Amino acid sequence: MNDINFLKKIALQVRKDIVEMTYHAGSGHPGGSLSAVEIMVSLYFSVMKVDPKNPDWEDRDRFVLSKGHACPVLYSVLARKGFFSPEDLKTLRKFGSHLQGHPSRLKTPGVEVSAGSLGQGLSVANGIAIGAKMLNKDIRVYCLMGDGEIQEGSVWEAAMTAGHRKLDNLVAIVDYNNLQIDGWVEDVKGLAPLADKWRSFRWHVIGIDGHDFDQILSAFNEAEQTKGCPTVILAETVKGKGISFMENKAEWHGKAPNRQEYIEALEELGFLKGGESID
Amino acid sequence: MTKNTAKKNTATREAYGEALVELGRENRNIVVLDADLSKSTKTEMFAKEFPERFFNMGIAEQNMMGTAAGLAASGKIPFVSTFAVFATGRAFDQVRNSIAYPGLNVKIAATHAGITVGQDGASHQSVEDIAIMRAIPGMTVINPADAVEAKAAVKAAALMEGPVYIRLGRHKVPVVFDEEKYEFKSGKGVVLQEGGDVTIIATGIMVAQALEASKLLSEKGIKAKVVNIHTIKPLDEDLIIECAKQTKAIITAEEHSITGGLGSAVAEVVSERFPVPVKRVGIKDRFGQSGLPEELLKLYNLTAEDIASAAAELIRKK
Ligand SMILES: Cc1ncc(C[n+]2csc(CCOP(=O)(O)OP(=O)(O)O)c2C)c(N)n1
Ligand SMILES: [Mg+2]
Repeated sequence: MNDINFLKKIALQVRKDIVEMTYHAGSGHPGGSLSAVEIMVSLYFSVMKVDPKNPDWEDRDRFVLSKGHACPVLYSVLARKGFFSPEDLKTLRKFGSHLQGHPSRLKTPGVEVSAGSLGQGLSVANGIAIGAKMLNKDIRVYCLMGDGEIQEGSVWEAAMTAGHRKLDNLVAIVDYNNLQIDGWVEDVKGLAPLADKWRSFRWHVIGIDGHDFDQILSAFNEAEQTKGCPTVILAETVKGKGISFMENKAEWHGKAPNRQEYIEALEELGFLKGGESID
Repeated sequence: MTKNTAKKNTATREAYGEALVELGRENRNIVVLDADLSKSTKTEMFAKEFPERFFNMGIAEQNMMGTAAGLAASGKIPFVSTFAVFATGRAFDQVRNSIAYPGLNVKIAATHAGITVGQDGASHQSVEDIAIMRAIPGMTVINPADAVEAKAAVKAAALMEGPVYIRLGRHKVPVVFDEEKYEFKSGKGVVLQEGGDVTIIATGIMVAQALEASKLLSEKGIKAKVVNIHTIKPLDEDLIIECAKQTKAIITAEEHSITGGLGSAVAEVVSERFPVPVKRVGIKDRFGQSGLPEELLKLYNLTAEDIASAAAELIRKK
């Protein structure tokens, strides 16, 4: 319980970071970052073994952000974990910053895989998982994808590969927020029945509320106990979660808050109560 | 042909959206496909007016290209849009083998080309799309300089038979041409300004920079000829050779890698038919990065000043 209160506290900070970063950048992707906050905080602050002082530690678990546009949530979590200074977050997307508009493995400490072109991360995660098995190392690999993203055929090539190769050190997470850029996923190109699709590709499937820490942690635990096949967690989430005017709105996929919206968002998160300045 | 009265800056993707709507009204065979980027590519405008002729394929560019091939095979004229990186990179094999090899009548209108995409960074900045498309047999490659040219090119492409790649930008750029007088002739280069000391051959958004560069050069007493190559393939070889003979020095300028783009195409022709010094202004074997378009144009040496100094240096070598 204490543990979960700790995670909740970090999640709140991460939400603040996401709003702040995109506000300062003047562009970026708040919607799909906010939907993944609890998943990302669970991974970096409870589930994965990583060492921010030694980002290249060879026995570390690996995280692949396949939906690369959601990098604000990744950067925030990495900074709060200690991979780099939280001060850097305000340089998101700016000229010369190590925090690129989409993740760059060569620029940011803790970023495992460059991303931005959707549908490619799961294949890379497969490769890392196979590599770990070849080294006989107890390394677990996590890959976060968007629900729109899994319309890409390459995702299903990777899914078939992981199922066939029984990659039980691999966990895929689908941020099932029901929205993509052009609207509701079910309107653009429907996924249902999604659990059946993964099952038929020989994956163990767990469905959860992707904002509930208890469910998230027990799903990752169940994944770790599952042998002989990879696990996918279908995490039902809300795009824009936590900022009511952003929730369930496609327009907040790739748009930064203006000053007024920024203030409103911080107030809703419970900051600025003491009338502190935002600058 | 060049316009004096300054018009509001416009992105070429805007012109594409408008052209599609006009085409849709003129020709019932026009269909449009997009991959979850209809707001950004501006195909949304067509989708609103002709929902029954618009197909949002979801985030599935390869599948979209293949479907467009099939629609073309059944007599439709598909315009297919997504970002240039994904149209030419992700879906390359479908473009090559399902569209170009069978000679199908598909128009690939790709937006967000080049580094002026800005803050999204390298993954979204295509610096090699012209090279990729130019290498495909039978593919026409068009890179409009401004909104006026983009609109005319899109309309011309609809009347052409066979696959066409049209390169469009995200960023608002100056309007160079006068809409009333502008005429698009595919495959024909356009002399925008006469001059005998050096020729600047530019394409896309670099055309406006080339015109600026010629002003900077004239302040130094250097007379630059400026040529707009909107059709990179088929290339107006005769015009380029004429320029080589006349000015004995050629600068190329493109918002694209100097490997395989306009600069390469010009160098290939010149070295085979009438060798003169050529200097390519463009991106030098690098990926892009995050930043504002103007910051990036400066960093990658794609400004009028860069063109002018390359020209001045080249003339010294003549
Ligand atoms: C291959 C590819 N096609 C298109 C895009 C443009 N794009 C970026 S995000 C996005 C929508 C993603 O939707 P989803 O996967 O549901 O992400 P989320 O809702 O979690 O933000 C699209 C189409 C891209 N980055 N890569
Ligand atoms: Mg989504």
